Amino acid sequence: MAIVFEKPKALANVPLHYCPGCTHGIIHRLVAEAIDALGIEGTTVGVAPVGCSVMAYNYFNCDMVEAAHGRAPAVATGLKRAMPENIIFTYQGDGDLASIGMAETVHAATRNENITVIFVNNAIYGMTGGQMAPTSLPGQVTQTSPYGRDVKHCGWPVKVCEMLAQLEGPEYLERVAVNNVKNIRNAKRAIQKAFENQINNKGFSLIEVISSCPTNWGMTPQKALQWIDDNMIPYYPLGVYKDRSAEQEKA
Amino acid sequence: MAKVTFATDLCKGCGLCVEVCPKKILRLNKEKLNAKGHYPAEMTDQDACIACAFCATMCPDCVITVEK
Repeated sequence: MAIVFEKPKALANVPLHYCPGCTHGIIHRLVAEAIDALGIEGTTVGVAPVGCSVMAYNYFNCDMVEAAHGRAPAVATGLKRAMPENIIFTYQGDGDLASIGMAETVHAATRNENITVIFVNNAIYGMTGGQMAPTSLPGQVTQTSPYGRDVKHCGWPVKVCEMLAQLEGPEYLERVAVNNVKNIRNAKRAIQKAFENQINNKGFSLIEVISSCPTNWGMTPQKALQWIDDNMIPYYPLGVYKDRSAEQEKA
Repeated sequence: MAKVTFATDLCKGCGLCVEVCPKKILRLNKEKLNAKGHYPAEMTDQDACIACAFCATMCPDCVITVEK
């Protein structure tokens, strides 16, 4: 019998601590599949964030480093400059990358550091119990916005891909989702491309993955995936926001 | 002939595989608890499986292996 689907080799054989139905597990798997497909497990170093995925260092078989909150792109910059032959990726949530780590993210992007950033956007702070994040939608009910996010008081959500696309620096920016099989396959392709860009020394690639948080959204896992389709994707449209190599080829 | 195996003790009973199966042959076994105390997913009709691997693609915990 031929194997159609099995756990990727780059993913450690341990149970994940995420809540039932949390799509972090799918994104971990897609990163591991990209590492397997490119055969780079031995040279890859990942940088884990602070947030729900703080223990990502237990889940990948490659080397991992834990960064202070939000500083993963800065740590990755140091790793890549010290070891340019290695493949460096960061795995960050929206509280980590878009809030406390915004400065590191923007500056790593504008310097076009040759790293791969996997940005998981679930519109909420998951680990600390469901507080409003910079990416929470207008009107979204969270622990700290019980009447819904009021944009007059709390401001508007940060659209990371759109914002970084204004910079000259970054090589590749794409937003994908993991709420159905079609989107997962597309996300797999995007994540693999982000790693290929680094192997080809093209520079900073960021893949924003729209993810779910059934526990803190207060929904079943199935409803949470539907909520992504109904609310998150209309606000955060999927697609490629910057692909400098393709633009240069066209010109 | 497709073969689907479940690493039952890793299953968290979220039911995403049940929802996505085009043949509707998966279910959560409510009469059984796994090591973590969840109702694990299981196959009800192995012969009807078309090995599309949608269940394994949706599974956040890599519980499912699909062979054909």
